[in-house]
Amino acid sequence: MGTLIMEQRKRIHPHKFTLWVAIASIVMMFAGFTSAYIVKRNQANWFTFEIPIILWYSTAVIVASSFTLWLAEKKFKKREMAVYRQLLTVTFLLGILFVALQILGFYTLHKSGLTLQKNVSISFLYIIVGVHALHVIGGIIALVIMFAKAFSSQVRSYNVVPLEVMSTYWHFVDFLWIYLLIFLLMIR
Amino acid sequence: MSNTITSQEQDTQVVHEAHGEHHHHETFITKYVFSQDHKMIAKQFLITGMIWAIIGGLFSVLFRLQLGYPESTFPWLEDLLGHWAKGGKLQPEFYYALVTMHGTILVFFVLTAGLSGTFANFLIPLQIGARDMASPMLNMLSYWFFFLASVIMFSSLFVQTGPASGGWTIYPPLSALGDASSGSKIGMDLWLVSMAMFIVSSLLGGLNYISTILNMRTKGMSMTRLPLTIWALFFTAVLGVLSFPVLLSGAILLLFDRNLGTSFFLSDIVVAGKILPNEGGSAILFQHLFWFLGHPEVYIILLPAMGMSSEIISVSSRKPIFGYMAMVGSLFAIAILAFLVWAHHMFVTGLNPFLGAFFVLLTLLIAVPSAIKVFNWLTTLWRASIRFTPQMLFAIGFVSMFISGGLTGIFLGNSALDIHLHDTYFVVAHFHIVMGVASFMGMFAGVYHWFPKMYGRYMNQTLGYIHFWITIIGAYLIFWPMHYEGLAGMPRRYYDFSMWESFKMFAGLNQFISFVSMIVFAGQLLFVVNFFYSIFKGRKVTTTNPWGSNTLEWTTPIRPGHGNWAGEIPEVHRGAYDYGKDGREFIPQTEAVGANESHH
Repeated sequence: MGTLIMEQRKRIHPHKFTLWVAIASIVMMFAGFTSAYIVKRNQANWFTFEIPIILWYSTAVIVASSFTLWLAEKKFKKREMAVYRQLLTVTFLLGILFVALQILGFYTLHKSGLTLQKNVSISFLYIIVGVHALHVIGGIIALVIMFAKAFSSQVRSYNVVPLEVMSTYWHFVDFLWIYLLIFLLMIR
Repeated sequence: MSNTITSQEQDTQVVHEAHGEHHHHETFITKYVFSQDHKMIAKQFLITGMIWAIIGGLFSVLFRLQLGYPESTFPWLEDLLGHWAKGGKLQPEFYYALVTMHGTILVFFVLTAGLSGTFANFLIPLQIGARDMASPMLNMLSYWFFFLASVIMFSSLFVQTGPASGGWTIYPPLSALGDASSGSKIGMDLWLVSMAMFIVSSLLGGLNYISTILNMRTKGMSMTRLPLTIWALFFTAVLGVLSFPVLLSGAILLLFDRNLGTSFFLSDIVVAGKILPNEGGSAILFQHLFWFLGHPEVYIILLPAMGMSSEIISVSSRKPIFGYMAMVGSLFAIAILAFLVWAHHMFVTGLNPFLGAFFVLLTLLIAVPSAIKVFNWLTTLWRASIRFTPQMLFAIGFVSMFISGGLTGIFLGNSALDIHLHDTYFVVAHFHIVMGVASFMGMFAGVYHWFPKMYGRYMNQTLGYIHFWITIIGAYLIFWPMHYEGLAGMPRRYYDFSMWESFKMFAGLNQFISFVSMIVFAGQLLFVVNFFYSIFKGRKVTTTNPWGSNTLEWTTPIRPGHGNWAGEIPEVHRGAYDYGKDGREFIPQTEAVGANESHH
């Protein structure tokens, strides 16, 4: 199929463009959650609580993972494949750590009595953080595929497009997380 | 089914060889089942959509039987539906289930997936000059997610407590509490899971359509040279990609309320004398999330029909479409306004009247681009040498329905009138005409017009004419009287009107509507027969451009293979609507602009 696409006149690679449209779509879903959150906040029975400190640690982790992936992409373009593989491994581990920290955050919330059913404000936190974590897991799956490609002896591909698509998505979920954290801190 | 497909396969191979095309190694599975060819995926969407249309249409006949003949019993109904129709009379809970499933099936499975899925897949690459979609893989996944959604929704028809029955809008608390009604049990869970799959399918499809239109056009095909079908399908995809995720977020919150005890939409509810623990939720919040998709969804259904009718009206009038840029601009305006009017579905929810006024204004604004489109269609038809083919009749029928239904939209858009008309048969009449029947008209027009490109054969014209007249006369006979019933206050979704003194006078009218609906349903079966008969036995297409059309799909071989053009993709030199220019009947987009050619 690649050859068929190459014939076409193009400014931006269609796969990259498709990803940007997908990002717009994901943004709309979170806009749905956050605007529902804002509407509910102005109604009776809204409960304010502290955001667990673990979510700050996870923020540091996901920012670091974005940085390592950015470095990996640079090394890939310079054909420094050994360093690229190491950086990809680090990014993967940081991604897993992020999801683990989010789950730990849920656990501490639950233990301190702030359960899913206690109040709508807490339910929203669980859902917004949870759905975001699902998107990170999607990124981790894409990373595993890149990982398998990078370590497989059969595949010797120097096509940068899949890596660029993957890293754009990864930076997006990173950025989305920072936005959501600021949103949850500011609007309570 | 299997041996008929094989004969079709041999047929395609003959054509392939005749055109000297290199043939990929394709098995039956990769060619007909897990195909990545946009044309095959389009046919898969079309045929799946047709099966759903028959099921959804049959449901409407069944519940019309109850509405028209509330005091009669039909023993054969019990044979057909089992405990749904105990003693030959449709049970109230299954009446609601049928109404709900009729709405869900027609809105999502037929007029979204069946319409956009078919024509976006089929026409986008062919009309912009691309070999396939930006991502054929995502395209294939889009169909199979739709198939999965279909299987789950279909299976919900066979559970003991019946399918979802809270209306296609699944408002909580009916949809959020399993104990609320029999249709709120497993049927509702299956509905939600099926719709989640459906949303994934729409998103994958929409991403692909947008990306393909913007990035894969052939040389010379600037955006302003695109046929109006492509513009319409483009705005449709944008609407879908931006509005379906919001419904998904609403559905996720609903799933949590249903299964995990949260209270997003529930507050202070008593079921069977028991007070539920849920506090602080708001059912109205769900309506906001739902209608933020729900209103754009109306245009997701309508825009493809508009685009195809524009194209077919121009081709069959042998005249350029009147005001091409105005047509594009009005599509754009409709797409923007589609996102800003959702609360006009919620005038009676206790919405702040000041806010209501704002939504009234924006709603009535839609009349402006809509009127531009209508006048442009009419001026295209004015003094044209019209070819009254079945597809042209259906395209004109679309315009007729769009006007009739659009005018009642102006009534309903006024919040003061809506307080009286809300949830009456006036609303039922309005949306069935403007979005249901109108979109079906556009869809039929599209099928009759592009059938020769899909299957290399023509559909039978005589059957086409009979189908058209039954449909348009029948549709008006069914829905026109409903306006009167609605003005008199007859509410929708009621199971039996014979119990109310004030609605007894409509018993005869209801019987008439039910009787006509059966005839119209039978008329649609004529189309189904024509469709499948013509695939195998229709008159063969012998020329590449049977309708004398300018667009690129008619420059491919009669039965294009995977990749569409045997040689190079043609270059485009002009817009799609040079009909009747300089004394020539039509000038294809591939023809270079002559030195002495006039501009118009």
